[in-house]
Amino acid sequence: MTNAVQSDHDFEVQDIMINMGPQHPATHGVFRMVLAVDGEIVRDVIPHIGYMHRGGEKLSETMDFRQGIGFMDRTEYLAQFNAELSYVMAVEALMDIQVPERAQWIRMILCELNRLSSHFMFTGAFGTDSGVFGTAFTYAFRWREEIMDLFEEITGDRLMYAYFRPGGLAWEVTDNFAQRVKYVLDQCRQGIKDVDNLITNNEVFKARTQNVGIISAEDAIDWGTTGPVLRGSGVPFDVRRDEPYLFYDQVDFDVPVGQVGDVYDRWCVRIEEMRQSVRIVEQCMAKLQPGPIMPERMPRMLRTPPGEVYIRTEAPRGEYGIYMVSKGGNRPHRLKIRSACFTNLQALKDMSVGNYVADAVLILGSLDIVLGETDR
Amino acid sequence: MMTETLFGLPTGVDAAIRLLIVVGVMTVVVMALIYLERKVLARFQQRLGPTRTGPMGLLQSVADALKLISKEDIRPKNADPWVFELAPFLVFVPTFLGFVAVPFTIAWQVRELELGLLYVLAVSSVNILGWVMAGWGSDNRYAILGALRAVAQSISYELPLVLAMISVAMVANSLNLVEIVRQQATVPNIVWQPLPALLFFICLLAEMNRPPFDAPVGESEVVGGPYVEYSGIRWSMFFLGEYAAMFIMSLLGAAVFLGGGAWPLGEELGVGWQLALTVVKAGAIIFLMFWTRASFPRLRIDQMMSFSWKILLPASIAQILVTGGILVYNLPSGLEHTLLAVTSAIGVLFVYTAINRSVATPRPRPVVLVRRSEAAR
Repeated sequence: MTNAVQSDHDFEVQDIMINMGPQHPATHGVFRMVLAVDGEIVRDVIPHIGYMHRGGEKLSETMDFRQGIGFMDRTEYLAQFNAELSYVMAVEALMDIQVPERAQWIRMILCELNRLSSHFMFTGAFGTDSGVFGTAFTYAFRWREEIMDLFEEITGDRLMYAYFRPGGLAWEVTDNFAQRVKYVLDQCRQGIKDVDNLITNNEVFKARTQNVGIISAEDAIDWGTTGPVLRGSGVPFDVRRDEPYLFYDQVDFDVPVGQVGDVYDRWCVRIEEMRQSVRIVEQCMAKLQPGPIMPERMPRMLRTPPGEVYIRTEAPRGEYGIYMVSKGGNRPHRLKIRSACFTNLQALKDMSVGNYVADAVLILGSLDIVLGETDR
Repeated sequence: MMTETLFGLPTGVDAAIRLLIVVGVMTVVVMALIYLERKVLARFQQRLGPTRTGPMGLLQSVADALKLISKEDIRPKNADPWVFELAPFLVFVPTFLGFVAVPFTIAWQVRELELGLLYVLAVSSVNILGWVMAGWGSDNRYAILGALRAVAQSISYELPLVLAMISVAMVANSLNLVEIVRQQATVPNIVWQPLPALLFFICLLAEMNRPPFDAPVGESEVVGGPYVEYSGIRWSMFFLGEYAAMFIMSLLGAAVFLGGGAWPLGEELGVGWQLALTVVKAGAIIFLMFWTRASFPRLRIDQMMSFSWKILLPASIAQILVTGGILVYNLPSGLEHTLLAVTSAIGVLFVYTAINRSVATPRPRPVVLVRRSEAAR
């Protein structure tokens, strides 16, 4: 498909179509976009998703509530705890289970640490997108690795944790948990500082990202974006603050919002969120008390009464929602995952058209998509 | 001087020997540079780099070369066969030509040319033809996009590079590289001409397609640019050309701005010391290039172009005017050189502020923090 471009040339000018992905170093995962390019200017963006579609929602209907947790890890594989949390909270809401306090605090700690590791991943990947040869990536991964080690110690797995359970946690955290978290937080503070020094104030980075890929607050709301994309446009919407779940109403944190809504703002919002996450984990650690991690009376077999529930949580990429319909029994009748990346991705065309090819790469990077979650 | 041959051999044999020396030395140097770049970048990135092949991974380049040679030489079905296959040669032959005039010590070079500086600059810019051919011949949209970027960039940065060099040649009153080196026995040219040195380094990065000016080959955008379709030995020729150009241009920079084999130990040193000095100075420039690669994001193509045409080119022209204006009055040597140094340093400050101001508007507080306690919407 080629579009004739209106121009003041005597001869006919055509856009060339450039296929980016599904195998391209800059498309995170297997995202594919076809760019109609006039010289260096992007005239049209045709996104293609679905290369990683595994029928996750349908598959979840065949899994009971224990197995479904593991599958949530596989959708959002960079913020697994956040994905699990939505799922177990949905089951808990259907079954009306009261989760013990200690389990909730630990869930909060793990979710925030997961947010940190996910945002570290973003800084690394985005640094590579913007052209820093590997340095941003290795910087970010060094600190992400510390968090991953902690998760591995607790859950026994590096990627697919499956640690949350309806009602609480699978097992108690390790004995040196407090000490390890403190160590990891120190490392993260250093890591945030490093990434910040390396990239945020770099002149070239600023020149590349400022005033690029602007989306206004109204458009961001209209497209249904959530998370850092929405906050980067200046809308202070954060599920943790506006509809507190767990104990987010008992900790103190700020919601960073950008002023322009460009790529640079989205970057800065994420960096600031990382600092806030460190703050939240610190407060959680102070409030963590010994106690049970599962309710005393839990049914041996998880069976939900008929009903439906929508639970949303603030995952690193935005609102991760689970809509669960139950008709009784030990598995959901219908499960719908409200994916933050999928909705954020809809705004891609709006942001990219009229910008340079190189900017399209950066804009896609600033949306921070995870294809596992987009395609499910 | 021009007719002198090694050991009184016939000219043809002599030329062949010199050619072999050039190719042999360059290949070894390029392998060493690739190894060094990998090691240095790894250190910047908190990694180790190659460690497995040989002691400290020293044989990594050899292993890579063997692998590349043994790989299948693939040509895409739709590629233009002649253009596609000739392109790598057009990239690395002109680069090797530059080797002829670059002085390693004061007396050592393949040929001493009266217009050595001009010659090196001229042949080093021919390889852009190879890039265009590679981009056009591969019949790949990324390749043609990268090649067009490379042409635009090469044209834009060639001018300030040459103009900066002209200013130095005016001060040295010669285009002979040996003569220029000899004059820097006490003070290197970078002291008298800091602005051309800065321009030279920036344009060097752009000419080599190194970050932050690597838009033609940017991996995250055009996936390697012109050489996206190349494999095996042809691909390694591009690499050979790239690193050879890096080495030659660094030698040129060392000779013109840092005094080559002369400063600071004077020119009556032994050949060994002179060689060591040249290598150390060229190495410093190469290290700076590695360093920028490890820490800078990539500029967009329009920013790259406007940077050259709006900042570098006016600055280099102004530098020539000022240099000429000072030199024309035949002032006493001390005063003349002081004036040159001061005006050029002012130029550096100007470029620095221009770069700072050309970057987007400052945002003192990039993000606004909304307190949690503030009422929900």
